[in-house]
Amino acid sequence: MKIIVTDQEGTEHELEGLEGWRVMEVIRDWGLNIKAECGGGLSCATCHVYVDKDWLDVVGAPSDEEEDMLDSVGDVRSNSRLSCQILMSDALDGLRLTLARSAAKDDAVA
Amino acid sequence: MSGNEIVTDVVVIGAGPCGLFAAFELGLLDLKCHFIDILDRPGGQCAELYPEKPIYDIPGFPVVTGQQLTDNLMAQIAPFSPEFHFNRMVTTIEKQADGSFRLATDAEEVFLTKVVVIAAGGGSFQPKRPPVDGIEAYENKSVFYSVRKMDDFRDQDVVIVGGGDSALDWTLNLEPITRSLTLVHRRDAFKAAPASVNKMRELVVDGKINFQLGQIGRLEGEDGQLNHVHLATDAGDLAIPATRLLPFFGLTMKLGPVADWGLELNDNTIVVDTEKFETSVPGIFAIGDINWYPGKLKLILSGFHEAALMAQAAKKIVSPDERVVFQYTTSSTKLQKKLGVAG
Repeated sequence: MKIIVTDQEGTEHELEGLEGWRVMEVIRDWGLNIKAECGGGLSCATCHVYVDKDWLDVVGAPSDEEEDMLDSVGDVRSNSRLSCQILMSDALDGLRLTLARSAAKDDAVA
Repeated sequence: MSGNEIVTDVVVIGAGPCGLFAAFELGLLDLKCHFIDILDRPGGQCAELYPEKPIYDIPGFPVVTGQQLTDNLMAQIAPFSPEFHFNRMVTTIEKQADGSFRLATDAEEVFLTKVVVIAAGGGSFQPKRPPVDGIEAYENKSVFYSVRKMDDFRDQDVVIVGGGDSALDWTLNLEPITRSLTLVHRRDAFKAAPASVNKMRELVVDGKINFQLGQIGRLEGEDGQLNHVHLATDAGDLAIPATRLLPFFGLTMKLGPVADWGLELNDNTIVVDTEKFETSVPGIFAIGDINWYPGKLKLILSGFHEAALMAQAAKKIVSPDERVVFQYTTSSTKLQKKLGVAG
């Protein structure tokens, strides 16, 4: 199964995903610009993505805890999700999403 | 200078779980440790990122939270009385003619040490920079990520962004001295302590501060001096007069000065050998998430193993002429005495 990820520079990448993997893990393992610093623990928000509007219903809404974590990024949109909270499955084959600027590796001060 | 000069066997940079356990292994070998950490408490990522999250892969603990693990490690190393220097960052490491090291911190201290152990995880925790074009030009002039001097905000038009305790606390603390204060958050729900949220809402009702839903869109000003913060709101662009901006989006890890210490790196991690976990500079070791070697797994348990082997090598540097006998804590009365448990 595949996901189609647009990075912060606007380049589109088609990534092979595996059933049960977190979308964050797929993006990270393919070496795209995603910090994902807590490793999937829902303890940071550095795997922030925007889900393509056509896929919002399939992916579903964030949990309350995920909403809380999204408070720690400055570029939230109505289609914001943390990619560590989306599990790969057949239903998500072809999923399209865009990496948020706040997920980039160089967002710290000084 | 001498008042701020600390002489020790080992300086451990980073008081996360691996660094803390290193103090245990070093302590068994009679090596004295000083810790330097940018956070205000021990635990590293366990304390800052996931104090309440359960960890399932610590040997012997089917489940333990980040905070419990930290507390247990602190109890385990207490017999060795390691010293902690929090809220500071090591800025430079210089090798001395005699092979020892001179470390300087941003708190103006100097450490003279025979061994350096870098246990800095993902680097130092630094404020998250909001994704806003050109914000760097305003930083430390009119955009601040912490309040060092309240007076910098006196009679200013202040915009605070965020929904956590830092944003709410500083809203309450700065309100009495600012010319105007606007709290900006993306939603009308806050993670901060409910009492602070209630107080903030009272200030809004009393007309003392403004609360605005939205996110920072862009900044307007010149030569680093802000004059307006433009918010992206549901109703479109909203310009708020602002001479000071305080974004509070939490912390994120950054390699920081480690990159400038002349160590061989591999993609923001420090290359070590797997016998001693020593870096490309003899006498400087790296353990835990910050190191790299073939097969490296970023697991706390790997860091514990690395700490034990590192300690053996560190001992040889500090006491080259001493013959070290490998002993077990279960059977060695000598070790048990050090731990304060000998019958």
